[in-house]
Amino acid sequence: MTESAWPDRLFETIKRADIRQVGYVPDAGHARLIERCKADPAIRDVVLTTEEEGIALSAGAWLGGQRAILLMQSSGVGNCINMLSLTRICRFPLVMFVTMRGEWEEFNPWQVPMGSIVRPSLELCEADVKRVTRADDVVPTAQAAFQKAYGSDSIVAVLLAQELIGRKQWTK
Amino acid sequence: MDQVKDHATDEAMLERRAAIAALLARRPDDLLVVPGLGSTTYDLASLGDDERNFYLWGAMGGAAMIGLGLALARPDRRVAVITGDGEMLMGIGSLATIALQAPKNLAVIVFDNRHYGETGMQESHTARAVDLPAVARGCGFSCAFDVADARGLSDLAAQLTGFSELFFARVRIAANEPPRVLPLRDGVELKKRFRRAIGAG
Ligand SMILES: Cc1ncc(C[n+]2csc(CCOP(=O)(O)OP(=O)(O)O)c2C)c(N)n1
Ligand SMILES: [Mg+2]
Repeated sequence: MTESAWPDRLFETIKRADIRQVGYVPDAGHARLIERCKADPAIRDVVLTTEEEGIALSAGAWLGGQRAILLMQSSGVGNCINMLSLTRICRFPLVMFVTMRGEWEEFNPWQVPMGSIVRPSLELCEADVKRVTRADDVVPTAQAAFQKAYGSDSIVAVLLAQELIGRKQWTK
Repeated sequence: MDQVKDHATDEAMLERRAAIAALLARRPDDLLVVPGLGSTTYDLASLGDDERNFYLWGAMGGAAMIGLGLALARPDRRVAVITGDGEMLMGIGSLATIALQAPKNLAVIVFDNRHYGETGMQESHTARAVDLPAVARGCGFSCAFDVADARGLSDLAAQLTGFSELFFARVRIAANEPPRVLPLRDGVELKKRFRRAIGAG
């Protein structure tokens, strides 16, 4: 397996976990995964106007008996905080995949204020936060996240580190 | 009594408890209801408890999106979100998200009293300029309409027994405050009994 194939391997893991709805606000780091989800007729891809919509979407999906995941970049975590009250008070299982910005070779300083508080913010929201920096760790971490979230009705956030995703190209 | 005088405008308008009763008088077995936090949760509870209700006590701005996730997960059921204007405004972008998905089994109904009732009846954006059916249409809803009288309510009630297209309805209600009817608050229990009631786990 090459390094660049991790989004495809993550997609297969999502399929094995029987995920049926995928809510997202696009991020460059999630582009390949979003493409795979959109191409799969068994997955409903739901593009959101703001990340908190996805928290409510996933609660509704679970009420109906389906599993949903959320894809967002680190700034989107800040948009979710109050809506995560719903997940917490009702103990909805939730797995979110967060592509990190503002932490490694970041060109845009405006990504830093939120990027730097993603982990403590999520932990205050009672999420188990797992960080992945190497491509080979993506699948086992995702598997563990699904097992934990659905096994104990809890929130797990998988942070996909900027080293993993690579430097954003600022000039073409 | 279906109508009361609105405190702000002095006009005779639909009364919220009479309106919810009319809408769900012949509630079909397959209709799942998600109210918004505050008054619409109390309105729904005033009809008697039902395991197919997912009462909200928070998550302001999330009612319509909970309805979307549920409607997508359960194409064999119909879902009615019945929320307040303030709650809908906080999640106004979800109208765009929902219109794109266009599930045939979802109805988004707003009880518009043009105020934030729960917090002391402060004017909301709909008291001045914001026209929610126009917003819904602008977001891509092909069906969005107003209900302002008993006739409209009974048409909407009939629609709830068997609609087959996404729609948005604004029910224009008076800004009155009937006594609160407080349903179950335990979120875990609300979730579990809802899932059990619809065979989801
Ligand atoms: C995030 C958040 N902000 C503010 C509040 C306080 N709040 C509770 S209910 C409500 C207004 C609800 O207004 P509306 O949806 O129009 O309901 P109604 O007028 O029918 O009571 C507000 C602002 C809250 N619960 N959560
Ligand atoms: Mg209101």
